[in-house]
Amino acid sequence: MTLSEVRSQMTPRSMLIWGAVAVVGAVAWGVLALSRGEQISAIWLVVAALGSYAIAYRFYARFIAKKVLQVDDNRATPAERLDNGTDFQPMDRRVLFGHHFAAIAGAGPLVGPVLAAQMGYLPGTIWIIVGVIFAGAVQDMVTLFFSMRRDGRSLGQMARDEIGPIGGVAALIAVFAIMIILLAVLALVVVNALAKSPWGTFSIAMTIPIALFMGYYMRVIRPGRVIETSLIGVALLLLAIVAGGWVQNSSWAAAFTLDPTTLVFCLVIYGFAASVLPVWMLLAPRDYLSTFMKVGTIALLAVGVLITAPLLKNAPVTEFAFSGKGPVFAGSLFPFVFITIACGALSGFHALIASGTTPKLIQKESQVRFIGYGAMLLESFVAIMALIAASVLDPGLYFAMNAPAGLLGTTVESASQAVNNLGFTITPQALAAAAASVQESTLVARTGGAPTLAVGMSEIFSGAFGGDALKAFWYHFAIMFEALFILTTVDAGTRVGRYMLQDTLGNVYKPMSNVNWKPGMYVTSAVVVGAWGYFLYAGVTDPLGGINQLFPLFGIANQLLAAVALTVCTTLLIKTGRAKYAWVTAVPLAWDAAVTLTASYQKVFSPDPTLGFFAQREKYAAALDQGKVLAPAKNIADMQAVVTNSTVDGVLSALFAILIIIVIVNALLVWYRALTSSEPLPNTEAPAVPSQIVAPSGLIPTAEEKRALATAGERP
Amino acid sequence: MTGIAQLGRGLLWYLRELTGENQYDRYVERHAREHADTAPLSRREFERRRIDGMDPKPGSRCC
Repeated sequence: MTLSEVRSQMTPRSMLIWGAVAVVGAVAWGVLALSRGEQISAIWLVVAALGSYAIAYRFYARFIAKKVLQVDDNRATPAERLDNGTDFQPMDRRVLFGHHFAAIAGAGPLVGPVLAAQMGYLPGTIWIIVGVIFAGAVQDMVTLFFSMRRDGRSLGQMARDEIGPIGGVAALIAVFAIMIILLAVLALVVVNALAKSPWGTFSIAMTIPIALFMGYYMRVIRPGRVIETSLIGVALLLLAIVAGGWVQNSSWAAAFTLDPTTLVFCLVIYGFAASVLPVWMLLAPRDYLSTFMKVGTIALLAVGVLITAPLLKNAPVTEFAFSGKGPVFAGSLFPFVFITIACGALSGFHALIASGTTPKLIQKESQVRFIGYGAMLLESFVAIMALIAASVLDPGLYFAMNAPAGLLGTTVESASQAVNNLGFTITPQALAAAAASVQESTLVARTGGAPTLAVGMSEIFSGAFGGDALKAFWYHFAIMFEALFILTTVDAGTRVGRYMLQDTLGNVYKPMSNVNWKPGMYVTSAVVVGAWGYFLYAGVTDPLGGINQLFPLFGIANQLLAAVALTVCTTLLIKTGRAKYAWVTAVPLAWDAAVTLTASYQKVFSPDPTLGFFAQREKYAAALDQGKVLAPAKNIADMQAVVTNSTVDGVLSALFAILIIIVIVNALLVWYRALTSSEPLPNTEAPAVPSQIVAPSGLIPTAEEKRALATAGERP
Repeated sequence: MTGIAQLGRGLLWYLRELTGENQYDRYVERHAREHADTAPLSRREFERRRIDGMDPKPGSRCC
């Protein structure tokens, strides 16, 4: 008898507990839905989220594990069968949860919800919670399961095996394209956060020598002592944040006051260096540092929200949800709220991790629920907290920070006027005071989400720990934390992109596939940083605002990748005789395809120049032909930049839409063949081998699992 | 063992597992089991090979 089989039906006690959870969650949803015209506490958001997660995990995720996937703990996982002590080895479920979460969580769930707050907190909240339960966590769990059954095959390989060569190639191009856009947009967030801020720039610059020191320490002085090294690193990092304040008030300030284009070149050079240097020098130590900072800060934010229970000053729904005229990003609620939130609810990128390292380390099949579904719930909770941090800000300040510079102008007076025109109020004095309280020269048009999140976090943290005196410290702490792990994504992503390119080019010219071949390494690294560097530079110099232009493209790319993953999952459900339950991934796929294709359609064909890239191109090209300059462009060069950028962005939007259609149509044919075929399709699963490992499924072992562990002589 | 000591021990165990600090101990154990006739690598050499082995497969970090 297996562990899962002995689990009994619900007892009256557990019915009572789950009934109470359902009631509490429903009350919180009721408060969110019914409050109009009064400010409510952020606690209601937290309660609605946690209540919904608990029920989804207990019932829906369990249903997927047992009925849909039919996880089988009698069957050995690749970690057990192929254990080689390195790539494949059974890892404790709690540790693997930590690894998986650290790999999927990044800046996306922090930035997306902040931008989506322009439509009010309610649309974002609903999608973050509902989306994760029915789409995001399902995708992660199902992908993890199927990859685990295939010895950890990657998403691209599964697409090729299950859908066919055309779908496989489309998936491969999609993966590479999303990576480039992702890196560019994330780097853009960092540039916008550091531009003209000597404090932030100094602190972030210091992370490079700190990481180099840590790398040397772990390799030469005390080999392998990661915890000790990380503690030293975190201490140095905090010192760097404090020292940033000193630098800002010293004669060094000028050296660290960089304009955005200079920062672009710094990032490109950094990305190239990180891609060609051995991992022990820069990449590995940075990764430890950013993981510790990430987990620590997220925990701190949760505690801060619970202690201060801040009021939400944002409206539940703003008019921008319907008019589509929002200054942060154009377009109305459907589809753009879903495109913008991206990672916190459904992220295609996670499918790459769920089909990468994690399936090779999992101990028991039933653990896909805890690791795949559970880690994604936690990521969604991070997104909820980011939404709270953005929504505790006064809406006037929010729009003064997040509307593009072209709209706001450069002074507090012009920004105040522009915000009034949007229908919100903030006085020039209040805007100057807000900047002074976090010791920044200005907060006007600090787009990209990171500065807004940092102001919101400093508000929450200073309320919970240290009061107003520490506001500037907490602001720069938050900036540091975001920039740190964005840069970790940028350097790891550049390297991953480099390997993908080397692997592909290796088919044409053999030496390319050797990752240690120096010329290949330099050329492919340069191509990858050049590609994201191009978009980063275009975004930074875009007269219409880089975030406004590029963030939707990033969201579309990510949701496109999710569509690929959900298509692969649905195909596998159908081909492995689970067609009855194919709706589990087919429904989120239909929704995601509708969202992505509508967004792409609008971005390509909308006649509104603020929304449609080609309409925008037409408008600016026509004016350019007559030698006219349209605001917010300031000169002919700006006009040319708008025309070029809108052409490139429009072509990319169209390309993404075509890729997704190819993958889905190809998959539909496969589904039809599978459903009408008289004999079973070839099985791509690894052979079933009995499992010897005894380990619990979830976080806390049940009574039966404890007994089974005791029998096997293992401690829980 | 008091509650706090237990918690501290649990946390240390978790961190050592998460960071891979325990990999060397595990390797020595495995080596003694499977190749008892030869000496295991030194910690320095082992860690060097372990981290250099990570070179061609950086964990991708998501957004």
